[in-house]
Amino acid sequence: MVVRALHDEGVKYIYGYPGGALLHVYDALFRQEDVQHILVRHEQAATHMADAYARATGKAGVALVTSGPGATNAVTGIATAYMDSIPMVVITGQVMSHLIGEDAFQETDMMGISRPIVKHSFSVSRAEDIPAIIKKAFHIAQSGRPGPVVVDIPKDMTSPTERYEYEYPKTVKLRSYSPVTRGHSGQIKKATDLLLAAKRPVLYTGGGVIMGNASAELIQLARMLNYPVTNTLMGLGGFPGTDRQFIGMLGMHGSYEANMAMHHSDLILAVGARFDDRVTNGLDKFCPTAKIIHIDIDPASISKTVKADIPIVGPAQAVLAEMIELVGASKKQPDAAAIKTWWDQIDEWRTRHGGRYRTDDSDKMKPQQVIEMLSKVTNGDAYVCSDVGQHQMFAAQYYKFNKPNRWINSGGLGTMGFGLPAAMGVQMNFPDADVACVTGEGSIQMNIQELSTCKQYDLPVKIINLNNQSLGMVRQWQDMNYESRHSHSYMKSLPDFVKLAEAYGHVGMKVEKYSDLEAAMREAFAMKDRLVFMDIYVDQFEHVYPMQVPRGSMRDMWLTKTERT
Amino acid sequence: MRRIISVLLENEPGALSRVVGLFSQRNYNIESLTVAPTDDATLSRLTVTTVGDDRVIEQITKHLNKLIDVVKVVDLTEGEHIERELMMIKLKASGAARAEIKRTADIFRGQIIDVTPNTYTVQLIGASDKLDAFISALGTATIMEVVRSGVSGIARGEKTLSP
Repeated sequence: MVVRALHDEGVKYIYGYPGGALLHVYDALFRQEDVQHILVRHEQAATHMADAYARATGKAGVALVTSGPGATNAVTGIATAYMDSIPMVVITGQVMSHLIGEDAFQETDMMGISRPIVKHSFSVSRAEDIPAIIKKAFHIAQSGRPGPVVVDIPKDMTSPTERYEYEYPKTVKLRSYSPVTRGHSGQIKKATDLLLAAKRPVLYTGGGVIMGNASAELIQLARMLNYPVTNTLMGLGGFPGTDRQFIGMLGMHGSYEANMAMHHSDLILAVGARFDDRVTNGLDKFCPTAKIIHIDIDPASISKTVKADIPIVGPAQAVLAEMIELVGASKKQPDAAAIKTWWDQIDEWRTRHGGRYRTDDSDKMKPQQVIEMLSKVTNGDAYVCSDVGQHQMFAAQYYKFNKPNRWINSGGLGTMGFGLPAAMGVQMNFPDADVACVTGEGSIQMNIQELSTCKQYDLPVKIINLNNQSLGMVRQWQDMNYESRHSHSYMKSLPDFVKLAEAYGHVGMKVEKYSDLEAAMREAFAMKDRLVFMDIYVDQFEHVYPMQVPRGSMRDMWLTKTERT
Repeated sequence: MRRIISVLLENEPGALSRVVGLFSQRNYNIESLTVAPTDDATLSRLTVTTVGDDRVIEQITKHLNKLIDVVKVVDLTEGEHIERELMMIKLKASGAARAEIKRTADIFRGQIIDVTPNTYTVQLIGASDKLDAFISALGTATIMEVVRSGVSGIARGEKTLSP
């Protein structure tokens, strides 16, 4: 029933790992060919693969893990998806119903453990409910503000000896759940008037534009108004990275011009972004002169940290489309002179701190140079799946994302080990695309066993390992706040990644000189059917800048090791 | 400010733990909590009293509404409402205290619902501050045990909370 329901839901791949509680389900998988199961090497990777599929396509990914340790191994992946509002259905096996609560072998209370990190969860207590529960799980995961849903299934609920009537429901009705489909027209009208009257506006957009499929509307509205656009870490690609109106990412490691523009703005239009602490910096000093319009599908995200002057609850796409219509029909148009002055100011900021890193005469590579090369070699079109740390920020800053759903990273939870499985999930579903995993020698070792899965399924991911022989982000904070006491932020026993890649049956490359980088990277991306592990030695001492000064305002930033605003 | 929030909840296993979990997960305060099924067997009615400023209360009601098992949420303190709580209190009652306790209970319209030669158990129903006032009014009497049900509330007038 489980497998049949997944098939009827249109699922092509599920990512998982078998175990005792799931043996009936795995037997059913074996006896059919429609739903393909991808065997990972650790359950965390299964959840990240499903998650990345969802990030790249907008549709819920599916992971299948067994009870007990299988389920607990999936927890990090579920939390990762929850924090970034990613639709995912995680099916966990459970011990037989009559054993629940008796500390049975491989029993864990998955409903309890996962409760704070799921949008919703179901425990199956009658086998005949399985099709309806799976339907509801997908509906809840994918609608409204998306999120992960856990379905916990005791082993006896999947027993092949019991037979039931099977019917997959066409629709779902839940009396307590009906996500909004459009915004309040009166509020949208008020917001549009405010928008048109602004003299120093900024469009601040986040992951809601990506998952809400509203990139086209955002671009159209921004063009009509000629207003600057900044993206959050989760929102990159929602507006083209090479566009003149794009002023970069904002926040802790945001661009100088984006943070300055936010601080000095008189109007912020926030779309599908949640004013989180990595964006706002000190809340009491946040954008003192700005009025705030906040569009979000989740009412609880509005006025959570920063009070909105005009809250609009609704899907980004529908609300922006309505705004476009109103702006088009309005007699009032933006104040061209004020906007010109505003752009002059932004361009001055842009020029003042345009080149944000310095190179020296040596052939030592800066990590930023590697990302810029990646952007060049792949024309800004690759799926870039990142791990967490300095390399993630460099990728966010220097890769020019021109399309949505191409930048795949763990923004909210900051999960090291996310990158490689994420790249696998994307590559599996887009076999011909360039998929890069931007990582560091710290993160990659958190799920390096998946190189084996890559071999089994011929996943030609390109691993860009920015090897600085230290946990760079931790060390940066230690440099800045702990007088360079590098407590446990370096590794003295790194493996030979080239040999390691070869041991798993892949291609390994070591690059130590900038002059070798372009040729090597082109060679790697030319190998369409091979996974290439590029172990790239970069400057060990580089920091990520700009970096906001803790508890300061948006404009308080370190710009280099010695220079601050 | 103290608020009384009423919630209609699907009568499903685990639904209550989602509500309680939400409060601890987001660091909201629970002063009292009551829950029981309603006339509709598929629904439970839950009443929670909490303390917080307007921003926190707004977040609490929004997050409660987001829970899939939650059907309806209302902040009763936003309008005219009635709140009641039941208390049973066991007191040492011998000598002169015995008559004094009886008198105090009568003043508060409490009932003595269990008697032994040395104790009284008093039942009292009312708003929480009335129950507090009764405890203070007992003065030097020795309290052996207090059981309070937590607050239940209902809106005044024709307003109802229904799915």
